[in-house]
Amino acid sequence: MRHDFIDRYSRIESPVHQLSTGFKVSAAIILILCTILLPIHSYGYFILISICLIGVSIISRIPAKYLLSRLIILEPFVLGVSILSLFQPKGEIIFVTILVKSSICLYTIILLTNTTPFSKILDWLKVIHIPSLFVTILALMYRYIFVLIDDAERMERARASRSFSTNKRQIWKIRAMMIGQIFIRSIERADRIYSAMRARGWK
Amino acid sequence: MHIPDGFLDTKTIVATSILSVSALGISLHRLKKQILPHQIPLVGLAAAFVFVAQMLNFPVIGGTSGHIIGSVLAAVLLGPNAAILIMTTVLVVQCFLFADGGVLSLGANILNMGIIGTLVGYSIYRSLARLIPTDRGRLVAIAFASWCSTVLASIFCAGELVWSGIASWQIAFPAMANIHMLIGIGEALITTIVFTAILKTKPEFLHQSFTVNLSLTSREIIIYGAIVIMGLLIFVSPFISELPDGLETVAHQIGFDRNAVGQPLFPSPLADYQLPGMSIPAVATIFVGFIGAVIVFGGSFLLARFLIPNKK
Repeated sequence: MRHDFIDRYSRIESPVHQLSTGFKVSAAIILILCTILLPIHSYGYFILISICLIGVSIISRIPAKYLLSRLIILEPFVLGVSILSLFQPKGEIIFVTILVKSSICLYTIILLTNTTPFSKILDWLKVIHIPSLFVTILALMYRYIFVLIDDAERMERARASRSFSTNKRQIWKIRAMMIGQIFIRSIERADRIYSAMRARGWK
Repeated sequence: MHIPDGFLDTKTIVATSILSVSALGISLHRLKKQILPHQIPLVGLAAAFVFVAQMLNFPVIGGTSGHIIGSVLAAVLLGPNAAILIMTTVLVVQCFLFADGGVLSLGANILNMGIIGTLVGYSIYRSLARLIPTDRGRLVAIAFASWCSTVLASIFCAGELVWSGIASWQIAFPAMANIHMLIGIGEALITTIVFTAILKTKPEFLHQSFTVNLSLTSREIIIYGAIVIMGLLIFVSPFISELPDGLETVAHQIGFDRNAVGQPLFPSPLADYQLPGMSIPAVATIFVGFIGAVIVFGGSFLLARFLIPNKK
């Protein structure tokens, strides 16, 4: 089963994809930092940066529809939090500021994820001397998320084919049992992974 | 509860990042010393497990659904040091792959859910489980600890938003705390059922030797405790002191405070924004919180009784 729906376009060929990972990550972080630090009155900057981001996404050959749909999926979270700011003096200005800034930051990250494979970001983390234990665990986690999702889907299918109707209470119990089951399976898998790692000369 | 980019200002970003990085540094340092080689894939898989557990949705009222955070679950199953690392990796991957939670607010998100939620939840679990040293007692402890950790994490989240000046304490605190008191019940329920499922099928996975450094050393308790207290002092305490005391509230209601003469010694910058009676929701929330805690504590006993019935 394929689960690369998250960073589906991170492995295609384009001038943006060929740039070095360090450059892309640092550029994204600097851009986000500037966006957060600038006051709202600098409309020029926000327009300029939006044009730049759109330019980069055109060069990267990622379908605009896909990028936009990712942005729209994530926008409700931003809206939900920013509504809190409406209930105070001058709340409308703060609301708009947050909305513009957050959307620019979100789009930057979406663009970064879809132009850089996660394994390359992990390599870069090693280069900048992030503790190796942390990077190892991050790598293991990223590798096995998809395996565990497969596991969970298989369990869900098995459950659906055996029970005809379920009410909410049963779904809660079944889902929670599933989480327990996934934990047990992943722990057992960890043992096998360790043996396999040792057999290939790890450590 | 994931804070996106653009919500926090510079001072909040710096403060939360310093606190998170120091806590993460300690947990990594201690883990490196205590972890056995075969436990490294275990921690990686546990992180993937928490990630997948967060993806499973539970239907709530109407068409809405929610998921668990899992910080107490991770801490109880694998020990607090490992749990901090696990929650951090989960949040990092969510941030970079799903754009869920901002890059610069990563420090704040790690602090709320990965560090405060884990450490406070774990210490509540430990002390309660020691009081009632049975399997049922562990379930009570887990249920109550999960609820507390969710509510506390949401209060920290509110504190950070207020500190950044995007919402007022009187709005953000009741909104976040009240909602998460309900969400916390779900978290407690799911965590407890998950734990029971493991307890019934593979109890050896809950054994002391299996976890990575379960009991904290006194030095760790001091350092972690200092981080939690620093967080409380920075993000939560300034606002608690903003609340009017009982007499002031009564004075507001009766109206005799208008008769009070003389200029205030230090003119408050927020004086103009304070509407009469605005602070009452926050006071009410604290009150509801206490009652909620008592009810959840009682409910945990019933839940534990239901999940592990008396054998006769």
